[in-house]
Amino acid sequence: MNAKTGLCLLGLVGLLSACGEKPQVMGTRSDASPYSGPTGTAASYSAAGWKAGDKTSWEQSLRARAQYGQNDYTRAP
Amino acid sequence: MARMKFICDSERCIECNGCVTACKNEHEVPWGVNRRRVVTLNDGVPGEKSISVACMHCSDAPCMAVCPVNCFYKTDEGVVLHDKDVCIGCGYCSYACPFGAPQFPSQGTFGVRGKMDKCTFCAGGPEANGSQAEFEKYGRNRLAEGKLPACAEMCSTKALLAGDGDVVADIFRNRVIKRNKGAEVWGWGTAYGSKQAGQPAKEGGKS
Repeated sequence: MNAKTGLCLLGLVGLLSACGEKPQVMGTRSDASPYSGPTGTAASYSAAGWKAGDKTSWEQSLRARAQYGQNDYTRAP
Repeated sequence: MARMKFICDSERCIECNGCVTACKNEHEVPWGVNRRRVVTLNDGVPGEKSISVACMHCSDAPCMAVCPVNCFYKTDEGVVLHDKDVCIGCGYCSYACPFGAPQFPSQGTFGVRGKMDKCTFCAGGPEANGSQAEFEKYGRNRLAEGKLPACAEMCSTKALLAGDGDVVADIFRNRVIKRNKGAEVWGWGTAYGSKQAGQPAKEGGKS
């Protein structure tokens, strides 16, 4: 009985450890464009001032962010 | 939009490693893996220079050229990314990369079976933008959130610039003109034989 229980436990541990493996997708996948915006809960972290899916507004927003966030000569002449 | 690029201004970098910390924190990069590093030349000698180095998202990326399983791809914005599901962790990209960008973590989901990890320009991977699966393998996708890479945005002296190549080049050019010392990009003279690089400071030049 004990040996049987032990074997069952071993089998269970084996099964559970196999469940830890993450699925992988074979072949080259295509990536969504960044201007399509984040999905799910990550959308709440999106920067303001642009519309998801609108490439032009995304580009303009990033340009502005780069210019005003990194070019201190525009802030302190 | 031009290609996304990093530029590090060696006249401003103070070797604080803020970019390294920001990167590790933002993407929860495991212990022992550095997607970004600060390199100092002539450390301790007056005139030492530091620059922050990571994947430079090369236009003609050698890692892409040598990868035997073709796991690399380039986005429309010029960001060089890779698919960890395809990567076999062979390390060829590490030999090919002139910047030592590819890293090979040995633990955690970042390094499933020793697969390569590198700077993603905060643009994630092929999984859905901002998804948990993407975060676990590649870290945050700030670009899809309309933000620039965390390292550059956190840089206290704004030595590290990131974004549209035209914009960052313009910012850097403006600085060089204001400092009035001539070209200051590291290796410029070696690469192009410009007499500007390495010339003594002009009279009235600031830095």
